[in-house]
Amino acid sequence: MLSRTADNLYWLARYVERAEYLARILEATQRLTSLPIAYIGETNEWESAVATAGCEHAFFEIYSEANEENVTEFLAFSTENPSSIRSCFEVARTNARAVRTALTMEMWDAINGTWLELKRFGNGPTTREELSRFLRWVQESSLRFDGSAYRTMLRNDAYWFSRLGLYQERADNTARILDVKYHMLLPANEHVGGPLDYFQWAAILRSVSALTSYHWVYRENVKPWLVADLLILKDEMPRSLASCYENLVRYLDAIAVAYGRQGPAQRLARGVRTRLQNAKMEDIFQNGLHEFIQEFIADNNRIGSTITQQYLA
Amino acid sequence: MAVAFDEMNGVDGQVRPAYAQLSSWLSEIRPDVLDFRRREAEVLFRRIGITFAVYGEADATERLIPFDVIPRILSGNEWRTLRLGLEQRVKAINAYIKDVYGKRECLRAGVVPEDLVFQNPVFRPEMNGQKVPHDIYVHIAGIDIVRVDADTFYVLEDNARTPSGVSYMLENREIMLRLFPELFSRHRVAPVDNYPDELLATLQSVAPIGAAADPTVVLLTPGIYNSAYYEHSFLADKLGVELVEGRDLFVKGEVVFMRTTQGPKRVDVIYRRIDDDFLDPLAFRPDSALGVPGLMAAYQAGNVTLANAVGTGVADDKAVYSYMPDIVKFFLGEEPILKNVPTWRCREEEHLSYVLDNIEQLVVKEVHGSGGYGMLIGPSADKASIAAFRSKLKAHPKNFIAQPTLALSTCPTCVESGVAPRHVDLRPFVLTGRDKIRIVPGGLTRVAMKAGSLVVNSSQGGGTKDTWVLDG
Repeated sequence: MLSRTADNLYWLARYVERAEYLARILEATQRLTSLPIAYIGETNEWESAVATAGCEHAFFEIYSEANEENVTEFLAFSTENPSSIRSCFEVARTNARAVRTALTMEMWDAINGTWLELKRFGNGPTTREELSRFLRWVQESSLRFDGSAYRTMLRNDAYWFSRLGLYQERADNTARILDVKYHMLLPANEHVGGPLDYFQWAAILRSVSALTSYHWVYRENVKPWLVADLLILKDEMPRSLASCYENLVRYLDAIAVAYGRQGPAQRLARGVRTRLQNAKMEDIFQNGLHEFIQEFIADNNRIGSTITQQYLA
Repeated sequence: MAVAFDEMNGVDGQVRPAYAQLSSWLSEIRPDVLDFRRREAEVLFRRIGITFAVYGEADATERLIPFDVIPRILSGNEWRTLRLGLEQRVKAINAYIKDVYGKRECLRAGVVPEDLVFQNPVFRPEMNGQKVPHDIYVHIAGIDIVRVDADTFYVLEDNARTPSGVSYMLENREIMLRLFPELFSRHRVAPVDNYPDELLATLQSVAPIGAAADPTVVLLTPGIYNSAYYEHSFLADKLGVELVEGRDLFVKGEVVFMRTTQGPKRVDVIYRRIDDDFLDPLAFRPDSALGVPGLMAAYQAGNVTLANAVGTGVADDKAVYSYMPDIVKFFLGEEPILKNVPTWRCREEEHLSYVLDNIEQLVVKEVHGSGGYGMLIGPSADKASIAAFRSKLKAHPKNFIAQPTLALSTCPTCVESGVAPRHVDLRPFVLTGRDKIRIVPGGLTRVAMKAGSLVVNSSQGGGTKDTWVLDG
């Protein structure tokens, strides 16, 4: 297939996934900031939301203060932020139109319908209630798009490239949220088990839709090292780094088999997966969670540019 | 202006045989049912339209080309004559273009004035002496036909560059089959859905000599912002070929490749829906970001076929049009089967003075205009625009031709007040390959939705109809 087509499919999936993630961050932050200060401490949750979205720098170029209004505007509706929910859907739809024939009717309907509906929200909701509805809608749109891709696409390279985009974006998102909150995940004695941490952890789990899963997997109260274990190493957890890399390796291998040759992308991805398979949580904490995640994010980016070089350019 | 010939009711109100079934069906069907189907068709089109159509990003409520649910019918006999005439016309066009860029016999013989060719901005000196595979220049032609009475069809325009509209021909039929199965059960209608196969066969047949047995064909589009992008993606999908933009192609060693996920892949035939000017920034407009640097060199080396060829515009402007009957006679030694509309060339002094004296009765057209722009319809124009056109004519007579205001034939059409006659034209698509000429029966019928209007162009509010060619 055309490299441009593959590139468009890859980014289409990435942008839809990113939009959903941003909606989850905003939702979780909204929830946290409506708790009494005694429950969550004096931290500025809105600033941390911007950091989790990975666009702190761009944000503070426009705004001097991170508060609900500014952050919501920037992450959800801003046209100046190329990674706002609105921009994500705009770019996704443009990509979809350029590769219209590589999409199924259902996928096109999903993304085009989302784009048309986006206009109905105008310059953004004015009340919290409207905002909540908007954020739910974003998540439903992403589910619908992903579901229609899963249920209707031929299992060929077009599908595989779109999955690569999805899992790369998801791995990046999970890693970022862990990194921003990592200082709270470290088993620092004075905090462990306190109500303050509990709500923070719950918020992290919620932003990757893993709160219920956590209880099913561990049958325990929310504990920091278990949260990290769940999000990094548990391959049954669909947003864990391990699971994302299971999938990345699987789809890269499918491409390699179909094309009759493999390259650096396959080797790099397998390397990351093996490291995740062999890792132990104690060692990760021992050597520094922050360092581990920074290294992971760098690897994930490297694999992204390798995929681009190998197939999409 | 004479009373228009109605394709269903003739001039005397006697239903013509081809329309017998349709006419009785129209008298049986309840107006509200017809209206319901009309709205259903619109919903279907909007769905496809929204799904496919390309308009300004800012405007999501995309404008649809109106679709009329009453088909336009041609008898088998009428079509046979048209088909022969179309084949003849396109053969002559190909021979003429070959001659213009080759021996120039028709210029020496004075059939066509030289300045009309050499001073034409769409004349491409790059094509002088250039061989193209199997001497075919116009692989896809859209010949616009109008009808004035039971026996007379005129060619109104030859579109020899990148004619569009075929996707409407195909979709109109699909919608009609869905909405009116009972109407089809009363007729035997020649199919059109084989057009993409015919087009692919045509394109493959003109691959460069020495290309692989299964040549790689692509469709080159200017991209998603082009107004016909919907048709480009629709056709690429039906053809099963890659829809490429300029940046997907590159030229190395005078060979064209496309960038794929499995590395460069050689391209043999390019069905380009992009104008000559934008094809190659090295050869034509240097500011073109749509084209492929080096494409012209690869083309001249004979390593890739462009469909249509470069420089075919010399056959489709309105001044050359007026010479087409002579061109047919000169190259084929035959009488033209399809007539031209009588045309005054304002470049000739007597013609100009006739046009200036009778402008109120004439249609005056810009030689290089298209899409119904740059045109004056004398009988319906106001004084100011007539005066404006007069001075334009005097200043640049060569830029204009004039034709009588034709009483274009009408067809029954759904309008707000019910079913009423509206003026129509026809654009059949003529495919020329190495082995033969292929024409899918019928074509795209365009209809002026406003009462009395003669302008069928979609840019001017015209609509479309399904076109049926019947047995017998």
